[in-house]
Amino acid sequence: MSLDTVKNAEQTPDAAQPWAELGLKEDEYARIREILGRRPTGAELAMYSVMWSEHCSYKSSKVHLKQFGEKKPDSDAMLVGIGENAGVVDVGQGYAVTFKVESHNHPSYIEPYQGAATGIGGIVRDILAMGARPVAVMDPLRFGAADHPDTRRVLPGIVAGIGGYGNCLGLPNIGGEVVFDSCYQGNPLVNALCVGVMKHEDIHLAQASGAGNKVILYGARTGGDGIGGVSVLASETFDDTKPAKRPAVQVGDPFQEKLLIECTLEIFREKLVKGIQDLGGAGLSCATSELASAGSGGMRIELDTVHLRDHTLSPEEILMSESQERMCAIVEPDKVDRFLEICEKWDVIANVIGEVTDGERLEIFWHGELVVDVPPRTVAHEGPTYERPYARPSWQDALQADAPTAERLARPTTGEGLKADLLKVASHPNQASKSWITDQYDRYVLGNTVLSVGEDSGMIRIDEETNLGVSVATDGNGRFAKLDPYTGAQLALAEAYRNVAAGGAKPLAVSDCLNFGSPEDPDVMWQFAEATRGLADACLVLGTPVTGGNVSLYNQTGEVAIHPTPVVAVLGVIDDVTRRTPTGFAEEGQLLYLLGDTADELGGSAWSQAVHEHLGGLPPTVDLERERLLGDILIAASRDGMIDAAHDLSDGGLGQALVESCLKGGHGARIVVPEGTDPFVLLFSESAGRAVVAVPRSEELRFNDMCTARGLPATRIGVVDGQDLDVQGQFSVSLAELKDAHTGVIEALLG
Amino acid sequence: MTTRVGVVTFPGSLDDRDAQRAVRLAGAEPVALWHRDKDLHQVDAVVLPGGFSYGDYLRCGAISRFSPVMETVIEQAKLGMPVLGICNGFQVLCESHLLPGALTRNDSLHFICRDQKLRIENAGTAWTRDYSAGQEIVVPLKNGEGRFVADAHVLDELEAEGRVVARYLDVNPNGSYRDIAGITNAAGNVVGLMPHPEHAVEPLTGPTTEGLGFFTSVLKQLVNA
Amino acid sequence: MARVVVDVMLKPEILDPQGQAVQRALPRLGFTGIADVRQGKRFELDVEGPVDDAALARIREAAETFLANTVIEDFTVRVEEEGK
Repeated sequence: MSLDTVKNAEQTPDAAQPWAELGLKEDEYARIREILGRRPTGAELAMYSVMWSEHCSYKSSKVHLKQFGEKKPDSDAMLVGIGENAGVVDVGQGYAVTFKVESHNHPSYIEPYQGAATGIGGIVRDILAMGARPVAVMDPLRFGAADHPDTRRVLPGIVAGIGGYGNCLGLPNIGGEVVFDSCYQGNPLVNALCVGVMKHEDIHLAQASGAGNKVILYGARTGGDGIGGVSVLASETFDDTKPAKRPAVQVGDPFQEKLLIECTLEIFREKLVKGIQDLGGAGLSCATSELASAGSGGMRIELDTVHLRDHTLSPEEILMSESQERMCAIVEPDKVDRFLEICEKWDVIANVIGEVTDGERLEIFWHGELVVDVPPRTVAHEGPTYERPYARPSWQDALQADAPTAERLARPTTGEGLKADLLKVASHPNQASKSWITDQYDRYVLGNTVLSVGEDSGMIRIDEETNLGVSVATDGNGRFAKLDPYTGAQLALAEAYRNVAAGGAKPLAVSDCLNFGSPEDPDVMWQFAEATRGLADACLVLGTPVTGGNVSLYNQTGEVAIHPTPVVAVLGVIDDVTRRTPTGFAEEGQLLYLLGDTADELGGSAWSQAVHEHLGGLPPTVDLERERLLGDILIAASRDGMIDAAHDLSDGGLGQALVESCLKGGHGARIVVPEGTDPFVLLFSESAGRAVVAVPRSEELRFNDMCTARGLPATRIGVVDGQDLDVQGQFSVSLAELKDAHTGVIEALLG
Repeated sequence: MTTRVGVVTFPGSLDDRDAQRAVRLAGAEPVALWHRDKDLHQVDAVVLPGGFSYGDYLRCGAISRFSPVMETVIEQAKLGMPVLGICNGFQVLCESHLLPGALTRNDSLHFICRDQKLRIENAGTAWTRDYSAGQEIVVPLKNGEGRFVADAHVLDELEAEGRVVARYLDVNPNGSYRDIAGITNAAGNVVGLMPHPEHAVEPLTGPTTEGLGFFTSVLKQLVNA
Repeated sequence: MARVVVDVMLKPEILDPQGQAVQRALPRLGFTGIADVRQGKRFELDVEGPVDDAALARIREAAETFLANTVIEDFTVRVEEEGK
């Protein structure tokens, strides 16, 4: 079949087009015809179909996501908000930090190593495109049951992919999460976060303006990667000489990406670009239409000039290719030579593929023929919007009624029983040490990692002279969100906020990755609506705006969706990283204080899962004002040297926090159960708004005074002591026994 | 006059800035050297840093070994200039035949990052004279292909001549023959080390500061020379 | 004992970063005129008993399910003559 040019499209208005196979709905296809005043060409149809997909257009989610803007708290820190590649936050001293968490779920299930690797590659380029040097990555991961055979296939591949790509890029991996739950069996979640640092004046945006400015494509050559989706279209234009199959999988080349990073940063230093965009999903069609749409509108591209790895690619395929490690820059004509010189220095292929024009249309040529002629805004920013129906699931009431009361779930009543349950929780794959995984990631490279593995948050020094630093924590509890998505999303934010504060940093901003099932299911859509509403409301109270993120829908197998899993990342700033608070109990004789209130809240808890495989009831209640107060106290105590260790209480409650802090610091603890307190509830409740801290004796008075003055309950529960965790009057367990239970679990299942 | 220590950046070098920081903290002046530039810019010593030069493609260090800068480094190393290869740098030194043996995939087949205990076996090299023989130190180790292998007679010779610079203690993290973590050439000026002393130079960011000795050692060596 | 060789290569349309890095290094070392390099894996399987159709079918199955990742790799199976 011959080339489908604009002229051809005009002359053959009735030619049948595979819009349904490309995932477009009938009314969407009709709208494209209406916008263009004719039928789209094959290339145009490909562009619209990908850019109007759920993944690129957020068509089901955006009516809910707009709350993040509407309820945005006043924050002086926001420099760039939602809509760009990533949000940018002012952290003082002229520095700006950009961060974002994104999903790469489905590709990682198909090909775990490459799926996870290219997930890292993609988020790193997003951060780079803002003008920042990427300085750290983190990975919130969710897998099916730890003992399921497919987890053995998926997990090692994903971990190796994250390590293989991230280590080779030279970015320290400073934290993340690993959660197992059978609900993720066919739908593992691979979320990836990257943090980048720049000076305020280095912020770059994805926009093309200034007629005559050149469009430069640089990085890897373009091949047939990830265009499986448009192959229906391609198959109609292929002649027999071309490869029969196009890969749906993209292969990453971290070495190329490392060169791309260094090359791009050198280009930024010399101020050679007006606008820049990375190439990710939908490749060149996305990058060109977004750049043009956010700029003055006009752009002309000569597709013949694109460097190809595979010379059989059709123009549609070149536009859709998701070959990795590529960027697109807008450069003034007199700076093009220097731009290309720097690319040559770094062995990066680069060439001018077009220019910004006076008009308002994106025109793309192939062998001199016009194959795309569209208003770019209609492709990139004015896609369809759906008001999907949603309704509270019929099963929600029954689930919430199934509370883990003492009558329903047997609770331990003896010291030995408490000890047994403590060990069950600590050795459950969700709470067990993840060192087998985290030891496959480089946490030291760049030499600025202050907190990482086993800490509440990852912390990075960003200025070696002033010791300014930032920290990030990611959290998300799908079990809580399943019980109540509104509260579950708020708990995710509260926990991440608390984790950042526990390290001593002040929380500033949020990025979120919202992982849900099919939006076409009203139950799932209700979960999504509730979770976004909860998160937006909570961000307003805590004063931490959402700066960007990502939505991943259709995470389900057949009718069964994953637990709603809003993963929330909180970024904080710390003026002096030498004041950071680690989690480990490192000093004998220090006093242990429990901050906050403990209630009988076991719904969705780690205990109910590890001991009873139960999920029901309500998640812990959220008191955001209390979270903020706790955060303020933790930050002040860190800054003024009143605490030497702090650990937030979350999965597994106080018991698990004590296990982790004892093992991390290499010291035991003697715990006295406060009078009138049920030791079971004290150890296993997951009430929010709590932390355990180690206070040097010399600081006790000052610390107590501060908590009293601010109205934060602070209960002295014991002392750092010996080589046992001794809950007096109940049980005592040696660190060796705890270590035995807590470590080796993951490698025994997956190593 | 300040001692100048060059740190080579190959495409894919990662710990180059860390090595520069360690050089600076040791009191010398770090000088960035570029792989395409044969000129060593009057440096007194050279560090080949860690990373994945050329993505570790083909074999680790195999492509870097043929870069222009290595021509001069090899020439100067043979004339006695102190050269330290860390991790990927060690691999480059082996591929260059400045050091014997080779570094192969970890026996666990996984990349491993851990705080590693070492024993300094030879405190007489240009890079270890600030340690004492038998001294135990902890520095980060991070590699996917760090398993040192060589023929038995090469290993015997290395041991007989005291050319094993450091050995793994407690845990052999990658299956290296005879627990070898680092070796030197016969003259003692060229040292290859799999663990990363440049990540153990500040209490804030490293498990210890016991890696600094490698960088202070070379300063003394050069001042005394 | 007969030897069966399984060669595993990335599918032609899949990016081969290793091959590319080698190809770009070759001219720098003076080895010109090489247009493309692709790197693969070779497995040598020494087979007990006769290499008949059933044995080859088993090896093909092993290659398909285990030695190659057929999402991104192709493989070929051939018998190497004895004594070679």
